[in-house]
Amino acid sequence: MMSLYPLLIIAVVLFVILNLAAGLIWVERRLLALWQDRYGPNRVGPFGLGQVLADSVKLFTKEDWIPPFADRAVFVLAPGIIVATALLSFAVVPFAPGFVVADLNIGLLFLLAMSSLGVYSVVLAGWASNNKYSLLGGIRASAQMLSYEVFMGLSLLGVVILAGSFRLTDIVEAQRKVWFVIPQFAGFVLFLIAGVAETRRLPFDLAEAESELIAGFHSEYSGMKFGMFFVGEYIGVTLISAAIALLYFGGWLGPILPSALWFAIKTLAFICLFILLRAGLPRPRFDQLMLWGWKYLLPLSLLNLLVTGAVVLALS
Amino acid sequence: MLIAFYFAALIAVLTTAIAITRRHAVHALLYLIVSLLAVAVVFYIIGAPFLAALELIIDAGAIMVLFLFVIMMLNIGERATEVETTWLKPAVWAGPSALATVLIAELILVAVTSGSSAAPMHVVTPKEIGVSLFGPYAIAVELVSLLLMAGLVGAYHLGRRAVREEEQFGTGTDARRAVFGRDAVHAGSDRTSHAA
Repeated sequence: MMSLYPLLIIAVVLFVILNLAAGLIWVERRLLALWQDRYGPNRVGPFGLGQVLADSVKLFTKEDWIPPFADRAVFVLAPGIIVATALLSFAVVPFAPGFVVADLNIGLLFLLAMSSLGVYSVVLAGWASNNKYSLLGGIRASAQMLSYEVFMGLSLLGVVILAGSFRLTDIVEAQRKVWFVIPQFAGFVLFLIAGVAETRRLPFDLAEAESELIAGFHSEYSGMKFGMFFVGEYIGVTLISAAIALLYFGGWLGPILPSALWFAIKTLAFICLFILLRAGLPRPRFDQLMLWGWKYLLPLSLLNLLVTGAVVLALS
Repeated sequence: MLIAFYFAALIAVLTTAIAITRRHAVHALLYLIVSLLAVAVVFYIIGAPFLAALELIIDAGAIMVLFLFVIMMLNIGERATEVETTWLKPAVWAGPSALATVLIAELILVAVTSGSSAAPMHVVTPKEIGVSLFGPYAIAVELVSLLLMAGLVGAYHLGRRAVREEEQFGTGTDARRAVFGRDAVHAGSDRTSHAA
C-alpha cells in the first residue's frame, strides 16, 4: 500500500487542479459580471455552472487549424509547455501536512525554475505563428517575464531568510507564531506584482493586448491548442495564489477547520483577488511596465532583502 | 538511480549533437535547452539539487530565453538557413572533430585507468554552497561581480542614446510623439472654449 500512496496523491492533485482550472473560467466570468453590474453566464444549469462543460465541449470540437506558414513542430509544442510546467510546479506544493507529491529541499527554487521555463511557451508560440502580431506578443512576453522574474526571486528570499529553508513544508511550519506577511509585507506586495506579471494577467497582459496586438502570441491558435493556453493561464493563477498562501499566509495553518480546507480557502481568496485586479485596473504602456520593473521594483526588492538580512543578523 | 543517470546523460549528449548539426537557429536552440534540462537532471541525481535548480533557472530559464529573444528580434528565416547550409561543409567539421576526438580519447583513458569513479552520493545542501561561496571562494565571487558590473556599465553606455532623447523631450513621451509623429490632434483640441 505504501507504494500506492504517492500515486494516489498525484492523481488527486491532477484531478483537483485540472478541474479547478476549468471551473475558474466560470468563476472568473461570474465574478467579473458581478463587479461590472451584469449577470454573466447564468443560463446553463444551476447558477450557469453547466457553462464549464459547454465551454469545454466547444473547445474540443472546434476546428484545430495549423496555419500553413507556421513552424509546425514548434507551433504544436508551445501550448503543451505552459500546461506541463504549471502542472509540474504543483509537485512541490504541500496541500496539507504530508500531502505533497515531492517534498524537495529546493522546493521554492523548483517553483521558480518551472515558472521561468513557462516563458518558452509564450515566446515559442509567438515565434512559430510566423505572424507579426504574434511575434510582437512573444517578444513582449519574453522581455516582461525576464524582467519580473528577477525581482520575483529576490522578493522571495526574505521568506527564505526567515524560514532558513527552501523546503515549502519548512516555510509553512516556520509560520506557526506569525504569518510571514507581517514581517515581510514589502516582499509580499512585490511577489504579488511579480506573480501577476508572471502569469501575464491583466493589468500585465501586454503580450496578448487585444486592443493593439489582436491577442498577440495566440492569435493563430484555435481549438484545444488555444484552450491549452487558457488552461495553462488558470493553472498559473492557481499556482501563484497557492504560493502566496504558502509563503506569506501560513499555508494550511489555521484553527478548527481541517488543514487542507484552510489552504483551499486562502488560495481561492487570492484567485478572487487576481480576478478583481483584472476587473479594476487598466493596462499600462509597455515602456511603463519595464520602467517600473527595473527602476522601482528591483531596487525595492534588493532593499527588502538587505533589511531582512540585517534584522535577522542583529536579532540572532 | 544509475539507470536514470545514464538515461539523462544519453539525452544530454544526443541533444547537444543535434543542436550542433541543426541548420535552423531556433530548432538548434530548442535542442540545446533540452540538453540543459538533461544536465540539470544529471546534477540532481549525483547529489547537487541546488546546482540543478540554478541550471534550470539561470541557464535554461534566463540565458536561453535571451538567446531566443535576440533570434526573434533578428527574425532570420529561410535565407539564414540557406547561408548556414553553405557554411556547414565537411571541411568545417574537420578541425573541431579532430579536437573533440582527442578529448574523447582522454576521457576514455581517464575512465579506464582511474577504475571506479562512482558518483559521490553526498548531497550538497544550498547552505554548504553559500558557505563555500562566501568563504574560500570569496575572491572568485568578487571577480565575477566585477565582470558583471563591467558588462552592465558597457550595456548602459551602448544604450545611452535613448537617454539623451529623453533629456531633450522630458520623460513623458507625448512631447516626443508630437515631434516625430506630427500629431495633428491634441487632447481637447476638438472642443471649443465657448461651448453652448
